[in-house]
Amino acid sequence: MKKQIPIWKEFTKGLWEINPTFKQILGMCPTLAVTVSATNGIAMALATTFVLVFSSFLISCVRKLIPNQVRIASYIVIIATFVTIADLVMKAKFPELSKALGPFVPLIVVNCIILGRAEAFASKNSPLRSILDALGNGTGFLISLTVIGSIRELLGSRTIFGYQILPDSFEPLLVMILPAGAFITLGLLMGIANSYVERKKKIEYKSLIDKYRGNYSA
Amino acid sequence: MKKTFQIIVVLTIIGIISGALLTKVNEWASPLIAANKKAETEKGIFLVQPAGKYYEKINTNDIEIYKVFDDNKNLIGYSLAFEGNGFQGKIRLMVGLSTDLNKITSLEILEQVETPGLGTKITEEPFKNQFKGLQTFPQINWIKGKAPEKPNEIQTITGATISSKSVVAIVNNGIQKARSLKERGSL
Repeated sequence: MKKQIPIWKEFTKGLWEINPTFKQILGMCPTLAVTVSATNGIAMALATTFVLVFSSFLISCVRKLIPNQVRIASYIVIIATFVTIADLVMKAKFPELSKALGPFVPLIVVNCIILGRAEAFASKNSPLRSILDALGNGTGFLISLTVIGSIRELLGSRTIFGYQILPDSFEPLLVMILPAGAFITLGLLMGIANSYVERKKKIEYKSLIDKYRGNYSA
Repeated sequence: MKKTFQIIVVLTIIGIISGALLTKVNEWASPLIAANKKAETEKGIFLVQPAGKYYEKINTNDIEIYKVFDDNKNLIGYSLAFEGNGFQGKIRLMVGLSTDLNKITSLEILEQVETPGLGTKITEEPFKNQFKGLQTFPQINWIKGKAPEKPNEIQTITGATISSKSVVAIVNNGIQKARSLKERGSL
């Protein structure tokens, strides 16, 4: 019997513990490509979360019917169907939104977060847990894309969400809007995240060692 | 053997269900999408000819061009929809022209898939406003890195030179087509 974590943890773990961008290093392509502005990042993350929740739910529902050998093929078809439906509905009913998201929507099919969560989680867990896990991962993705997008937009065009933050005297760093800026920002943020985790681990080990030392000497 | 059979059945069922679902959704969506596109074109016609009240499509196979009339049904100019290659894909735009085709009233980008944050600046006011009142004779030229000096010049966007040049090329091509149409007396 597998140890089950509390149900609310299925949601919160996606925010930081297994944050798709910084911890699982999944979905790098959209992360790098669309984060030229905070708004773009949010739109992409919301669209991804939508597909993630629905496909996770469906895959979790049919997980016992799909033979192991063809599971990936089945997941891809299910995900692609959802993305195409979302795309068509948006084009028909919300043309403005569809125009803004434009080329990003079809890209969601190949977003490995969705397949990753389907394979690692939804195929082994109940529908309720899968939905929570999908929501958590989507939110984690949303947070990281917003952070990266804000940093790039701030340094690259002086604004955040289209509002000017830095004064005109600040010369925009063009490199931040170009692909190179995405790699630089992502690398630095990942470095910060990792060093934070490392330091926390060290402190934990140290306190553990101290505790045992204390026990022996006593 | 049983396993193989199961695999075939499951994959077939998934394929049939998603295929049927997509057909239905597409059946429902495609007329709506077409209507949206038409409404957008209509909006574009008047966006690039702000004084226009009525429009009439000119029947020609070469290009998509509309006559635009004001309140009193006087011809005030043309709206020309034209597309061409941008940096990453097709750019479709609408340009308003004076009756002699030598002056642009306004320009609107209808569809584009340029680089977000760089090429997409062609849809923003600072770039589009350069085309207001621009002379198109003999053709539009672009200039890089400094303010335009001649009445038929625009400045390219830093970091999106190819997208800017593409817009100029598309407009030039479209006007060329419109001119040859006018010479033949079809306008």
